[in-house]
Amino acid sequence: MTNFWSIWIIVLSSVVIIGCIFLLRACSKNNTGVKEGESMGHSFDGIEELNNPLPKWWSYMFYITIVFSVIYLALYPGLGSYKGLLGWTSSNQSVRTLAESKQAVIDAQAEGRWVQYDQEVKHADEKFGPIFKAYADTPLEELVKNKEALKVGGRLFLQNCAMCHGSDARGSKGFPNLTDGAWLYGGELETIKTSIMNGRHGMMPPKGGLPIEDSELPGLAEYVVKLSGREHDEALAAQGQGSFMKGCFACHGMDGTGNKFMGAPNLTDNAWLYGGSRGAIQQSVKNGRSGVMPAWKDVLGEEKVHVISAYVYSLSNK
Amino acid sequence: MKFNHELVEKNIGLLGILTVIAISFGSLVEITPLLFQKDTTEPLEGQIPYTALQIEGRDIYVREGCYNCHSQMIRPLRAETERYGHYSVAGESVWDHPFQWGSKRTGPDLARVGGRYSDKWHEVHLIDPRAVVPQSNMPGFPWLSENKLDGELTGKKMDILRNLHPTHKLYTDEEIAAAKDAVKDKTEMQALIAYLQSLGHALK
Repeated sequence: MTNFWSIWIIVLSSVVIIGCIFLLRACSKNNTGVKEGESMGHSFDGIEELNNPLPKWWSYMFYITIVFSVIYLALYPGLGSYKGLLGWTSSNQSVRTLAESKQAVIDAQAEGRWVQYDQEVKHADEKFGPIFKAYADTPLEELVKNKEALKVGGRLFLQNCAMCHGSDARGSKGFPNLTDGAWLYGGELETIKTSIMNGRHGMMPPKGGLPIEDSELPGLAEYVVKLSGREHDEALAAQGQGSFMKGCFACHGMDGTGNKFMGAPNLTDNAWLYGGSRGAIQQSVKNGRSGVMPAWKDVLGEEKVHVISAYVYSLSNK
Repeated sequence: MKFNHELVEKNIGLLGILTVIAISFGSLVEITPLLFQKDTTEPLEGQIPYTALQIEGRDIYVREGCYNCHSQMIRPLRAETERYGHYSVAGESVWDHPFQWGSKRTGPDLARVGGRYSDKWHEVHLIDPRAVVPQSNMPGFPWLSENKLDGELTGKKMDILRNLHPTHKLYTDEEIAAAKDAVKDKTEMQALIAYLQSLGHALK
């Protein structure tokens, strides 16, 4: 804040406070020319206005607010650039980047300033930090046996993951069910953690980018139904197999069991991200599908992702 | 003539003027200096101006009254920053006229919602919130997928924004000329999602 604006604030604030004192004193004096307690000469329906002074308790309360404001402005940063005797601020509001924000916390601590938000975070870190640190130092294989950790992971899941995957983690159309053991990218502990940390971008182009005619779609869908081990029309499925061999196998595998490196779904497990009806399968093939799992590394940090990974793993490995 | 209460009490115009003067001291002290502070008038380093589509999305956000239930202001309290991310600072709202801080949270804060969910999630959720969040009491906005933008006013909006921030050179003439084509025939849904995905990256 420049000196000009600092002085502007200090002068105006002082003028207002001093003005209040004068106003209060002026209004406390009897300058009506009528003696105290006597009639002002107004009478409405028999109710008469008498010249009574302000109640003492009321004007004292007014003076108390003035005294309060002076003490407040001395202790807290209210007057321009003046920082206040307590050195208190609510947060580091002038930061302009994340790096500056981190530096501001360190600086405030070094200078012994009282930044309320930083203090709050510091107390919480002292309390919860060691717990998360201990979890982070525990290998995931061990962590999944820790009931407390899974409870913490469950809470974090509800806060951050339930919006897409559902509070029961069973997902919904387009958002994977995490309890059925069908994994697009693999259900190993480390793979789950990688998926959460860096996010995933599943990509099936329309018709897999292959020269497949719309007329082939019913057959192809029938073949996929066959792959998933359901009742099917053998002749139609045989047609579809021909279309499948145009290139679908490149991602979904010759036997249709998918490819976890690419996140290509297993078509034989009867777990359907976008619906398993013939119509839904045709839709998926015709228009392609693209699913995005955002990266949570920067939002949650590795320690929390570690705990959530253990929780997600536990959902399908009871 | 001796100045006394009677003069003010019997002259409503004078009473009004004196009231305004008394109240304006508060504004002069608390608001005017902010108009000249770097903290409040300069964008953050990573604060990218809205694109043509995001500007249209922002107007839809305002039109549908999203601010009635969603704030865009993360307060410096740990309970909030744990859930939403770094607390909001003034420089993040510099491009907003008017700002969308809101004052009520029936739904969650959206100040840093950008990148938190996929575009598809937003689409499903805006059409029918209960499709993905069964407990939600947010209304659905299915018409957003049907309504198309025509882009007639997009360039003008960008021009106005640019004029409000003459020192920042928000948009080039070419960008403004291309604005109409950039948004034409996009759905309101696409615009709103583009806007939501742009929120809050500067301090993330």
